[in-house]
Amino acid sequence: MKIKLDTSGLRQSRWYEYLARILFGGTVTALAGLIAKRFGPEIGGLFLAFPAIFPATATLIEKHEQQKHEKQKKERAGDSGTKRGSAAAGVDAAGAAMGSIGLAAFALVVWLRLPASGMSIVLIGATLAWFVTSASVWEFRETLWRRARRCRFNASNRPPHDGVHHHAVDPERSTNRRSHE
Amino acid sequence: MRAMVGGLVVSAFALLGDLLKPKSFAGLFGAAPSVALATIVLTVMKEGKGYVGIEARSMVLGSLAFFLYASVVSRLLIRRKLPVLPVTSTAIALWLVCALGLWYTMQRVAG
Repeated sequence: MKIKLDTSGLRQSRWYEYLARILFGGTVTALAGLIAKRFGPEIGGLFLAFPAIFPATATLIEKHEQQKHEKQKKERAGDSGTKRGSAAAGVDAAGAAMGSIGLAAFALVVWLRLPASGMSIVLIGATLAWFVTSASVWEFRETLWRRARRCRFNASNRPPHDGVHHHAVDPERSTNRRSHE
Repeated sequence: MRAMVGGLVVSAFALLGDLLKPKSFAGLFGAAPSVALATIVLTVMKEGKGYVGIEARSMVLGSLAFFLYASVVSRLLIRRKLPVLPVTSTAIALWLVCALGLWYTMQRVAG
């Protein structure tokens, strides 16, 4: 799947949603510092990977998906905007799970390299490690997904004994794709 | 100062996530090292590199807990179609238990 920039998401967001993110992010960062001060760096370090902003982001995704759904007036029986919102936030969470593997790579680079190297170099290297690891895991999963979809497509289009093709569904246009995206 | 820098860095990564498609790729930015980036610079200046090294070692465990958290949340939202806020908020307890459990286990293993 092609990665692209899409500014339509920005138009959906309100100014107070950005403000809420800044406040959430600021609070979590301050809390991480306070916890480290109170309980020491070993416990405080755990909170550098605390998913505090994630509930807020996922809730916004759900809300935007519901708004989009209502706007497009595509509501069908059994496929409400809430369900679509949950699925969209779920896909985002799957991405966050892959990103957390990159987060571990970030932490490993800082842990192993910081004592011996300059801070700026280590932070740039660690951020690159996060991105490359996360993107590689994402690409690997995409490849597996494509392969599985192709296998399903081939299986459903295998000619029966009479030689007639049944269920000729193009997997790229399959409705199952929507939840994956 | 810490809160202000943290808020801006977290928002910058969240904004990047808003701009990218598909959603699964944008989701990577939900686990960006934003809090860590904001914290590490200030902590190194105040406490030194050794202190941050210890924090980073624990952060590896926090990341593993984040992986479990995000995987469980993703499954509940996609398969069960449960409402987002209760699921993502309640599952924070799972992150906490997992992170502290891993930390405790590492302490016991290391002796």
